Amino acid sequence: MTPAIELVNVSKVYRRYGGRQFSTLKSALLQRSILRDLRPSETFPALTDVTFSVPKGSTYGVIGKNGSGKSTALKLVAGITKPTSGTVRVVGRISALIELGAGFHPEISGRENVFINGIMLGLTKREIQERFDDIVDFAELREFIDAPVKTYSSGMYMRLGFAVAIHVNPDVLLVDEVLAVGDEGFTHKCLGKFAEFRRRGRTILLVTHSLNLVERFCDEALWLDEGRALSYGDPKRVVGAYLTKVEEGEGQLLAETTAKAVDEAGRDGLGRQDGQEGRDGQEGRDTQDRLDEQERPADPTSNMYQAVEGRWGSREVEITDVALLDASGQQSFVFHSGDRVSIRLKVRAAHPIDDFVFGIGLFNADGVCCYGTNTYLEEMDPEQLAGDAEATFSIDSLDLIEGTYKLDVAVHKRDGYPYDYHRLLYTFRVKSRTHDVGIYRPRHQWSFSPHIRFTPRS
Amino acid sequence: MFANLASLVRYRGLIQSLVARELKARYRGSVLGFVWSFVNPLLLLLIYSFVFTTVMPNNVEGVQPYALFMFCGILPWNWFATSLSDAAGSLIGGGNLIKKVLFPAEVLPLVSVFTNMVHFFLGLPILILFLVIYRHPPDWSDLVWFPIAVFVQLVFTAGLALALAALAAHFRDIRDILANVLTLWFFATPIIYPWFQPNVQKFRTLFNVNLFTHLAVSYQEILFFNGPIGHWRWLIALGAYSIVQFLAAYWLFDRLRDSFAEVV
Repeated sequence: MTPAIELVNVSKVYRRYGGRQFSTLKSALLQRSILRDLRPSETFPALTDVTFSVPKGSTYGVIGKNGSGKSTALKLVAGITKPTSGTVRVVGRISALIELGAGFHPEISGRENVFINGIMLGLTKREIQERFDDIVDFAELREFIDAPVKTYSSGMYMRLGFAVAIHVNPDVLLVDEVLAVGDEGFTHKCLGKFAEFRRRGRTILLVTHSLNLVERFCDEALWLDEGRALSYGDPKRVVGAYLTKVEEGEGQLLAETTAKAVDEAGRDGLGRQDGQEGRDGQEGRDTQDRLDEQERPADPTSNMYQAVEGRWGSREVEITDVALLDASGQQSFVFHSGDRVSIRLKVRAAHPIDDFVFGIGLFNADGVCCYGTNTYLEEMDPEQLAGDAEATFSIDSLDLIEGTYKLDVAVHKRDGYPYDYHRLLYTFRVKSRTHDVGIYRPRHQWSFSPHIRFTPRS
Repeated sequence: MFANLASLVRYRGLIQSLVARELKARYRGSVLGFVWSFVNPLLLLLIYSFVFTTVMPNNVEGVQPYALFMFCGILPWNWFATSLSDAAGSLIGGGNLIKKVLFPAEVLPLVSVFTNMVHFFLGLPILILFLVIYRHPPDWSDLVWFPIAVFVQLVFTAGLALALAALAAHFRDIRDILANVLTLWFFATPIIYPWFQPNVQKFRTLFNVNLFTHLAVSYQEILFFNGPIGHWRWLIALGAYSIVQFLAAYWLFDRLRDSFAEVV
């Protein structure tokens, strides 16, 4: 099929005029060349060597995080800016839903603005006349159409802008994140209009952050990252790849957060202990321990709701490493609801100990304890712990809802006396395709008698 | 460039409706509305009449009634000066259009010129009214030259407007410089004093270099002075120059076009 939009090796370099802010006509004239001075001193590559083509009649989604060049790509297709190198080819009349109502004049009525906006978008007066009723009905503004646009609410303004742009009846429709325009009803109407466009074999290029929309609606997708096309093709695959990257980024961030928290808590705790030790030796350590017991309630569960990060304890048993492992045994910070997860503690006992309890607590972002347990509660009576050892807490299915969670891990005596208590130091994220609510997700399924039927969602 | 220039013709509908919008929006909400387009020049003429016939009577031979003489020059000057200062800000003011919509940028400065041309035309009935009141009819045969003078001024102003708009998008200083240059230019042009004064004739060459002189003098000869048009050669020459200037300005505008979306 012939492509409706074709970009070949397109790069766009924005000039940063920042450095030239104060240079004036005078200095330009003094340097004898105005045109020369208009050359950039600094540049910023918004798109680098992007090639893709959109077949006629297809719906094409462009995804990527903020600043990845999505809107630049759209502006290039719309012809608002020119590529620095490469070629952009578009077949047919374009209408760009980039900035809705960009040309509206606040002082004049909606009716007059519809006409002028329509002419700007390339319609003739007669064509607008024919479509006027449809436009007004679509925007749901019949009773306000003769009021000046400045009296419109922002929703009305956007709806009118959308209505005009969509009624240009373009061969190629460019949409930049404009579906957040109206209420639920209007959004549905817009989607309906897009679907109608598709049926009539028009081409749609859609820039959006709504991955759901891309998966459901687009025939193909492109993923831009820092101005480069990282992946294109089947939307499910592209969205999947994008999500993986996003998770990696999130994991990176969570790893940093965790490392920082552990580092800070470690420094606090150790600093104080070392100081005491230096002065008082062995006795100091005991004092310190007693101090700790005074400061911290003996029963760690009683301050469980006091969400303060930290680390304390005598360090007779030290937790040297905490890792969350995914099903394949790799350390990870991002999991999906239902994943197999293991929490692995590496501990070191300075001397053999016979009174110890391993404890785990999971907290959600609100500080609510989703689950807490320890070996003593689960009726494991300690016998011996010596040297370097590992303890692993495995969860077959992480039945948590989407969100960020924090982890407590601890080794303490049966009476609560802490050896090493890590409070909320470890952060991880749970992702879920279902946006259910609550504290955890019980394993469940629905069943229905034959009189109840659902259509499967594509 | 010439392809773009040709497409200007296609945009005439757009220019038309934008001019109409400017005019409508300008007086929207005011009580007198469109009447202001007449009242403004009327008040201006009344002020000049009062100052130069009562407060500071000007009795220079051959330019009586003096207020009427001045008005013949001020009316086209206002069109010229306001067009240029509007045009200089037009790209910056229309930034939203240039950045967000596929929009022919040259339309904006041209709309400034045409909008002010309409104001100029709306001032003409006032001029006619005063020509009647003062019983100072122009030579009817001279009036043939009036549309020519208007056309020359249109092309002359449009060229400057395009160049100024394009440059002002890059150099914001131009708008302030322009305001001052226009004041100087006004007094350097034989508008409030007659062209044939000996003091003016002494600097004849300088005045000839000031291109608006030829427009002002032409208007005065067409509308005010009796007798044949002595200045028509200059007017035609200015017309020819204006066309060249327009093409040059359009070339400059076209060169800078792609940068507008990034600088405004």
